[in-house]
Amino acid sequence: MANSMIPAGDFRTTYAADTTIFPTVTSRNFAIAGVMLACLSPYVLNEYWLSLLIQIGIYGIAALGLNVLVGFTGQISIGHAAFFLFGAFSSAYFSAKLGIPAFFAVPLAGVATALVGLVFGLPAARLKGLYLAIATLAAQYILLDFFARAEWFSGGSVPAMAEPFSILGYALQGDRQYFYVVLAYVVVCFLLVTNLMRSRDGRALVAVRDHYLSAEIMGINLTKYRTLSFGLAAFFAGIGGALYAHYQLVVSYEGFGIERSILFLAMIIIGGIGSIMGTLMGTAFVVLLPEAMEWITAVLSGSAIDQALGLKTNITFLREIAIGAIIIAFLVFEPDGLAHRWHQIKAYWKLYPFSH
Amino acid sequence: MRGLAPRIRQQKKRMDCRVKPGNDGILAGVRAMNTQLLIQLLVNGLVVGTLYGVVAMSFVLIYKATQVVNFAQGELLLVGAWVCWALMVKYQVPFYAAMPITMIFMFVFGILIQMVFLRPMIGEPIISVIMVTIALSTVLQAAMKWIFGVNPQPFPPIFTSQSVGFLGLQIQTVYVMSLVVSLAMMAAMAWFFQVSKHGLAMRATAFDQQVAQSLGISVKNVFAMSWAISATVSAVAGVVVAVVNGVSSGLSIYGIKVFPATILGGLDSIGGAVLGGVIIGLLENFAQYIDGEYLHWGNLYEVAPFYVLIIILMIKPYGLFGTKDIERV
Repeated sequence: MANSMIPAGDFRTTYAADTTIFPTVTSRNFAIAGVMLACLSPYVLNEYWLSLLIQIGIYGIAALGLNVLVGFTGQISIGHAAFFLFGAFSSAYFSAKLGIPAFFAVPLAGVATALVGLVFGLPAARLKGLYLAIATLAAQYILLDFFARAEWFSGGSVPAMAEPFSILGYALQGDRQYFYVVLAYVVVCFLLVTNLMRSRDGRALVAVRDHYLSAEIMGINLTKYRTLSFGLAAFFAGIGGALYAHYQLVVSYEGFGIERSILFLAMIIIGGIGSIMGTLMGTAFVVLLPEAMEWITAVLSGSAIDQALGLKTNITFLREIAIGAIIIAFLVFEPDGLAHRWHQIKAYWKLYPFSH
Repeated sequence: MRGLAPRIRQQKKRMDCRVKPGNDGILAGVRAMNTQLLIQLLVNGLVVGTLYGVVAMSFVLIYKATQVVNFAQGELLLVGAWVCWALMVKYQVPFYAAMPITMIFMFVFGILIQMVFLRPMIGEPIISVIMVTIALSTVLQAAMKWIFGVNPQPFPPIFTSQSVGFLGLQIQTVYVMSLVVSLAMMAAMAWFFQVSKHGLAMRATAFDQQVAQSLGISVKNVFAMSWAISATVSAVAGVVVAVVNGVSSGLSIYGIKVFPATILGGLDSIGGAVLGGVIIGLLENFAQYIDGEYLHWGNLYEVAPFYVLIIILMIKPYGLFGTKDIERV
């Protein structure tokens, strides 16, 4: 059962073997080692790289929610950034205005966002595909307008303040300590979703995605599962947003327009639609891309390319163009994303000397 | 007390720097007279609404013929407007020459987009196709900012007289032009689909691709053609808006406003799209009127279409004239 290597074929004979979280002992050990390595990183990395890691964690959780919706249930949402922002504002509201400790405010914000997601997910019960995409587009505009208007909740044009994260009265200080909070949430959220996908409900979601008519005939309640996955997506967006609020300590609705929603979609497309680990890869890709572009700009500064394009001044536009171009390239050439590429690499080594 | 309250409320209104299709210069100085304001808003709504109708029409054209939901429709307006602006300002081409050149450019541009980006996506799931158009809109939006800068640019004046009198109202010439051009484009579109051979081929393809193909219609050409026509029509609408408001990246909001319009009219109905556009245009302006007179909420007109959109999706998802999707197992 517990092989250390992946066998060169599918030899599983029980359902239990088919639904394990880790197919082999080695992969489990690798995952544990990965988390331990991440635990060490605050001592090794400098502030800048640590802040990037925290961002990957925060956006990764939100992107995970989107992947549950898009990748596993086959619904599309173009309003994810608005839900993310709702989580951020509500956690700030709970912690700063109602005085709830941030430790409880974060999950509470997730639940609040899930409720809002359910409201906007109600059309999802009747709609599919493109109609739903348009409904979420409307949600994006309506929610952002709400944030700009509701001064009691989000402070309106004045950014909302969030309390620093504290555990049982001990306030965390600095990114180094906050990193562990984010890491804990990442591990819990990713385990939750992996577990969900092994369960009855997870299989129902996938069935709805693959052929909703067949799923309905098999007795799956379409309305329930579509709305559920919408709520789940909003829940993870809310958790991510809440973590973002307690990381930044200031939340403003600037910069959370439709472009941010597109970035979330880019994360899951690049990582791999319907792949849990791929979500993290895609998020890392999207978060690191601007940094890589900064770096390339710095290397090229003064050269002929720099003079032709004016890299320094136009870097924001070039970044947007790069994001769009990469999304298109992935959709055309690698629709299953980085996760698929990773599987191919693994498959290559699995069958190494005799690849056919 | 009663006299003071509204003034205080008005001060709370937020500054709004975005380009707003709802309220333009036409409103200046007529706030005092409410009836006249209402009529002006009606005219304004009709003008903006027909523009929405034209854009929605070209959106539905692509959707009907190729089953692609084009999230980059607004960027087609943007590209068209910038190209025309560049021709007129940078290369000093007169308007009567710049306009046809823009149209030809956009025709080719539409074909290229379809061939390069959309043709590989045929047969892919709907989410992927939607994502390609969303990514395309990001790229085009950023590219336009890169090439032409972020600042809005005024369009060179085209008409010598500023406004014309009509039934005792002073209407700006550009508004009349906008209305005339919109109606002309709608008429041209109707003629194209009812009479011309290509239009009939496109309708046949929209009805049933396989049958159309077996009758000798090149579906490939029809796909490219629908993008080309849609891009051209959008570009004309873009130039019209640019003449009224100036060119800026805010133009692409028209591509977003298309969704309420088309959902209201029914996604696959060209007539419905036009009607939906006009209704949304009027609705925006009435929302602004109610907002300004009674509610004082600030930019209600900007979100009102989206509330309408959600309500329609809840009660009548296939719109006024859309085909109901009946699935047989």
